[in-house]
Amino acid sequence: MHMRKFRLYPPGKMLFLLWTLLGINSIVAAQVTFPQNDVAHPRSDCYAFTNATIVKDVQTTLQNATLVVRQGRITAVGTSVTIPADAVVIDCKGKYIYPSFIDMYSDYGIPVPQRQAGGFNFNAPAQLTSNQKGAFGWNQAIRSDVEGVKLFNVDDSKAKSLRDIGFGTVLTHQKDGIARGTGVVVTLANEKENLVIVKEKASAHYSFSKGTSTQSYPSSLMGTIALLRQTYLDAQWYKSNPGGEGVNLSLKAWLDIQSLPQIFEANDKWNVLRADRIGDEFGVQYIIKGGGNEYQRIREMKETKAAFILPLNYPPPMEVNDPNEVRFVGLDDLKHWEMAPSNPAAFEKAGIPFCLTAADLQNVNDFMANLRKAIQYGLSESKALEALTKTPATLLGIYDQVGSLDPGKLANFVITSGPIFNEKTVVLHNWVQGIKYGVKEEQWFDVKGYYTLTANTASGQKTWTLELKDGGNASFVAGSDTANGKYSYDGKMVKLSFTRGRGANAEETTFSGVAHNNTWSGTGRDAAGNMFTWTANWQKAATPKTDSLRTPLPVVTGKVTYPFIAYGFEEMPKAENLLIKNATVWTNEKEGVLTGADVLIKNGKIAAVGKNLSDPSARVIDATGKHVTPGIIDEHSHIAAASINEGAQSVTSEVRIGDVLNPEDINIYRQLSGGVTTSHILHGSANTIGGQTQLIKMRWGANDEELKFKGADPFIKFALGENVKRSRAQNNNRFPDTRMGVEQVLTDAFQRAKDYEKALKAAEENNKKKGATPVTVRRDLELDALVEIMNRKRFITCHSYVQSEITATMRVAEKFGFPVNTFTHILEGYKIADKMKAHGAAASTFSDWWNYKMEVVDAIPYNATIMQRVGLLVAINSDDAEMARRLNQESAKSIKYGGMSEEEALKMCTYNPAKMLHIDDRVGSLKAGKDADVVIWSDHPLSIYAKAEKTIVDGIVYFDRERDKELRKQIQAEKARLVQKMAAEKRNPSNGGGAQAFQRARPRWEVMHTCDDHYHQHGLLTIEGEEAEMMEGYE
Amino acid sequence: MKKLFSILFIALLVVAANGQITVYPAPPQSETIALVNGTIHVGNGQVIENGTVIFEKGKIAAVLQGGNAPGNAKVIDCSGKHIYPGLILSNSQLGLVEVPSVRATADANELGELNASIRSIVAYNTDSRVINTLRMTGILLANVVPEGRLIKGSSSVVQLDAWNFEDAAYKTDHGIHIELPSLLPRSRRRGFGAAAQTPGDPVKRALEQVEMIKTFFREAKAYHAVDKHAVTNLKYEAVKGLFNKTQKLFVHCNIVKEMLIAVDFVKEFGFDVVIVGGADSYQIADLLKQHNIAVILSQLHSLPTMVDDDIDQPFKTPAQLQKAGVLFAINDEDGNTRYHNLPFNAGTAAAYGLSKEEALAAVTLNPAKILGIADKTGSIEVGKDANIVVSEGDILDMRSNKIVHAYIQGRAIELTDKHKQLYERYKHKYSIAP
Repeated sequence: MHMRKFRLYPPGKMLFLLWTLLGINSIVAAQVTFPQNDVAHPRSDCYAFTNATIVKDVQTTLQNATLVVRQGRITAVGTSVTIPADAVVIDCKGKYIYPSFIDMYSDYGIPVPQRQAGGFNFNAPAQLTSNQKGAFGWNQAIRSDVEGVKLFNVDDSKAKSLRDIGFGTVLTHQKDGIARGTGVVVTLANEKENLVIVKEKASAHYSFSKGTSTQSYPSSLMGTIALLRQTYLDAQWYKSNPGGEGVNLSLKAWLDIQSLPQIFEANDKWNVLRADRIGDEFGVQYIIKGGGNEYQRIREMKETKAAFILPLNYPPPMEVNDPNEVRFVGLDDLKHWEMAPSNPAAFEKAGIPFCLTAADLQNVNDFMANLRKAIQYGLSESKALEALTKTPATLLGIYDQVGSLDPGKLANFVITSGPIFNEKTVVLHNWVQGIKYGVKEEQWFDVKGYYTLTANTASGQKTWTLELKDGGNASFVAGSDTANGKYSYDGKMVKLSFTRGRGANAEETTFSGVAHNNTWSGTGRDAAGNMFTWTANWQKAATPKTDSLRTPLPVVTGKVTYPFIAYGFEEMPKAENLLIKNATVWTNEKEGVLTGADVLIKNGKIAAVGKNLSDPSARVIDATGKHVTPGIIDEHSHIAAASINEGAQSVTSEVRIGDVLNPEDINIYRQLSGGVTTSHILHGSANTIGGQTQLIKMRWGANDEELKFKGADPFIKFALGENVKRSRAQNNNRFPDTRMGVEQVLTDAFQRAKDYEKALKAAEENNKKKGATPVTVRRDLELDALVEIMNRKRFITCHSYVQSEITATMRVAEKFGFPVNTFTHILEGYKIADKMKAHGAAASTFSDWWNYKMEVVDAIPYNATIMQRVGLLVAINSDDAEMARRLNQESAKSIKYGGMSEEEALKMCTYNPAKMLHIDDRVGSLKAGKDADVVIWSDHPLSIYAKAEKTIVDGIVYFDRERDKELRKQIQAEKARLVQKMAAEKRNPSNGGGAQAFQRARPRWEVMHTCDDHYHQHGLLTIEGEEAEMMEGYE
Repeated sequence: MKKLFSILFIALLVVAANGQITVYPAPPQSETIALVNGTIHVGNGQVIENGTVIFEKGKIAAVLQGGNAPGNAKVIDCSGKHIYPGLILSNSQLGLVEVPSVRATADANELGELNASIRSIVAYNTDSRVINTLRMTGILLANVVPEGRLIKGSSSVVQLDAWNFEDAAYKTDHGIHIELPSLLPRSRRRGFGAAAQTPGDPVKRALEQVEMIKTFFREAKAYHAVDKHAVTNLKYEAVKGLFNKTQKLFVHCNIVKEMLIAVDFVKEFGFDVVIVGGADSYQIADLLKQHNIAVILSQLHSLPTMVDDDIDQPFKTPAQLQKAGVLFAINDEDGNTRYHNLPFNAGTAAAYGLSKEEALAAVTLNPAKILGIADKTGSIEVGKDANIVVSEGDILDMRSNKIVHAYIQGRAIELTDKHKQLYERYKHKYSIAP
């Protein structure tokens, strides 16, 4: 129990001088403004810890050394330290002293805001404005004004749980919102808040989670990224005191905290990259909080140049005793279970700075066990210590205060029974700011051993040799007579007992007393109720048991694959020079279809197409009887993205699919098996002006950036009709509710963009003039994209169905002087094909979808043929992860419906979409110099019997039906190995499994994003993206 | 008021877009028809090159190699063409749901959980615009199935050229359909929709619902053990045929544990059981064979059950069932294309291990057997109804599927639909040559 203290400056002139010179004000020392409610109790609070092994910092370990602390600060550390006369001396022989740990990702002492029930509901009324009252910004999730220090309250029960595992200092902040304001560094001392704060504003925090914000926007990850980007721009602009904005406390606070360490909670390897890219754009290097799967992309982690905060929560093992449940367990989940403890080791090996946090643990008591597991998996002990002391202290700029045991620093240290990461080692004391917090006080002395026990009874003195053993067992030996008994010891009080006889006749004698180091004394009571006094004196330690020499088995894990799911590669396939011989070659060029022809691929490009080609450097593929076509291009897809719809506003041209690519979508691989090599990933159709699209190549195993089709013109998704007017919503309150409104949304957006562009130009002109007051126009990411469209630097693909909306949209575009590049879906395109031709729009459609909703009741499978005959550029797209595997056959339906020629039909999924996407100089036909995106088919490529045997992208064979068979075997073998390993762990829980509870086998759900427009034939374990965001505990 | 207007608006749209009013159901066959010189795909695996099919009064009278047409017959030369039994869509909401997103047009899903007496046939709309589009790919018969939870009701098979549902009825109330609740453990949902979900273990709840279905059948069995009842129970009356095997039990389910429950229905009640869905049926093919359980594979063109599965699993499941000797049908339940791609679903199965004739059987004779109509249709054999289509080429391949003649019960049906009519209309607009 520590009382509120009135403290003097330290006695002794020298020390006082040193104190002043260092500019250190003991944070425990002065609370002079507080009235005192008892007698002043000035103390020197000086302790000396002697004879200890002191690990001063990662580099320096002192044997038989002394640590002196005074008034909450370290004053001396060393092997030849003079112990101050007024010091309380604590003999630490056999003990270790370490700087206590620092957790920089805590919310200790800060209220956890309760998230209201209700995820994003596509069909519910929208909350379009912020609910926060006051002079704040427009978005409820931007909480840059929150100051952790003002919310902080000491919470000793939480502090104790952290102290017990060795922590002394934490950075704590409120984990709520996209911008979360500042964090405060506090110690874990149970003192008045004023005294434990080390740094008031130590950090600024960000995340991708909007937390308690009930505002509709952002409703997606890409909306969140856009909001962050726009807020950086707005803050810059706000500096110029723009008229009309008034006081904006959110932006003001945002600006104020930019110079602090910026910490971003990413919680996932891909989110790490997303966060880092935001930082790169605005000159911010975030410290990134990871989620535990970063080892799966360690090269990319390194490339961020960020320091990381890593959690130590590992996925629990699963029950694997039901084969019908194991059937739905994912290989990736099994592999991650096995490999998660290797995450810190991977960072160490890659030379990436990191610290460790207890933040994500369900039970913080698992921290040490999990840390030891990480060490078992290759993390060095010194790196572990550094990650818990020096690294976080340095990142937070508080290494002058904490993080090592050096004079002048806070007296935050732990005393342990042995090397801190050893399994048997316990934390005995945790001293915070010079105040002792006992952890395992009772284990300070190892009481096991031999004692001479003397009892002074009424009938005279009795003497035993007392042996205290493991597990609280004791034996009392008097001559040849041995009685067995029990003992307990809590660090101060001791209890002993022995029993004679058995059953009902057993007689028990009990002792209790006080232990003072090696001498114990107290009183006892025999079976007859006679009281006596006793003393016990230490004789010798217990004979040490020789430890069975059990060297832990080396950790063996599977390999990281790219991507980290089934069908991933252990080694990425490489570009090859390939000579495909003697095939039927569909060139899509004026040569048409060549029989008995060859295709030569070199350096990722098509080198030649023709007969009798040869090249000694090329691997020859005999394609006799087979067909070769350009890779399939899907103009409209929603795979490989972490979010698709930002539906919270009717105009969201600021969001970008490119920000949220997910290279670990199995549908990339599945579609390679259907010959797809390029795919256009579109925003959904939730709103009129959707987001910027991303063209990708199907480079299975690549990272998100590498997936992108570089150098292609940027596009944007627009949408019309039922979806954007939310025909299925119960209470739509988002404008527009009719096609009339849709037309106005478009007109208004472009009018605003036009005025914006004018203002930008005017400001530029003005600012060139000497002496003119500079004008700053707020940069608007939403309007920027629309200005690009008007300047033909960005192109539209517009979801559309009925003729009226198509015509109306063309007229709006014409008014603003640009064409709509592509109408997608366009199921009534056949009704106004002539108008579309006059406008210059292309058409990307379904082969034969119809009648699934009201606006498609007039859809006909002859649509593609009619539009093509009228002279439009026509493509067949998928908009569906399943159908994308069969786009060649979907195109073939136009042969049936309307009699399109076979070559024209094939072009609808190859050359035509390439033209539509302005990439026909790169892909879409087989011609020397183009990208080697090539498919070898088992049969006529438009036939239902055709299977892609090899799918080649950039000269790399990403899909090979033969290799696919091997991969299937590998998947089965690897899953079997991991299931067996889990089963073995279940049988032997002491074998490294720790205290983690086994969980029921967890099905591996596959999140599938769609444009929310129609039906899909997906696997049973598929959940729609919007739904996934509502699932709890989904990984 | 606004609502009323939108209903009117929708109604007007439907009328304005009404294209097939001029397509008339064909009258009964009056003259003998002989299809000659065609390649006959019998439906049972047999192929007859240069064959002749003769049918009169709606029934097939002769199937011959070579052969001569009788003098009174109308002879149709099928040289270079292929002759097939009419395809059968074995599970659909055809005629029950016109536009799925418009509630007013949907008549498939009744309230309640034990709707044994619900009959699909009474809501079958012969004027659905979807029906004629199916005929354009060779589909002449369809099983019309109610949707719903637990016991959905009875299905009926219809032929696709009729004035009204009584004309269309081909076999009524032949099967009782039940939907097994999912036994896949799902994560708990939060937020929107959470209120709709009862807390607790969904698998446990599902098993309780299964028990509820079984209790229903146990009580139905007891009910039928006596002849006369003071009070009639319509629900029990509706399932009488299950006990005397004039009806089959169609169990809609997909994963092994669910299918094992379907097997249990055979064991406990002795029902003839058909599994509809059957995504993972390949995993217990031998058990299905052993218990004579047939499978309707809902949708071949779908993605594998899970990420780790063979990427072509749905495509090759038919070949695995075929090898194990399980009776199965391939179906098309696609909600976007509205069922007309049935032959191409079968074609994909032929690319992944079935022979073409086996794939054809999976959309003709096999579904006929499963639906209990194999005595009347499903193959081109003497005595059966003349449900026949003639295609320019391979019917299973979109490259060559072009239906030039189609007969239902010997009646030459008109091969026109709303699609074709709109096609003609806009060919006219753009002066596109035929």
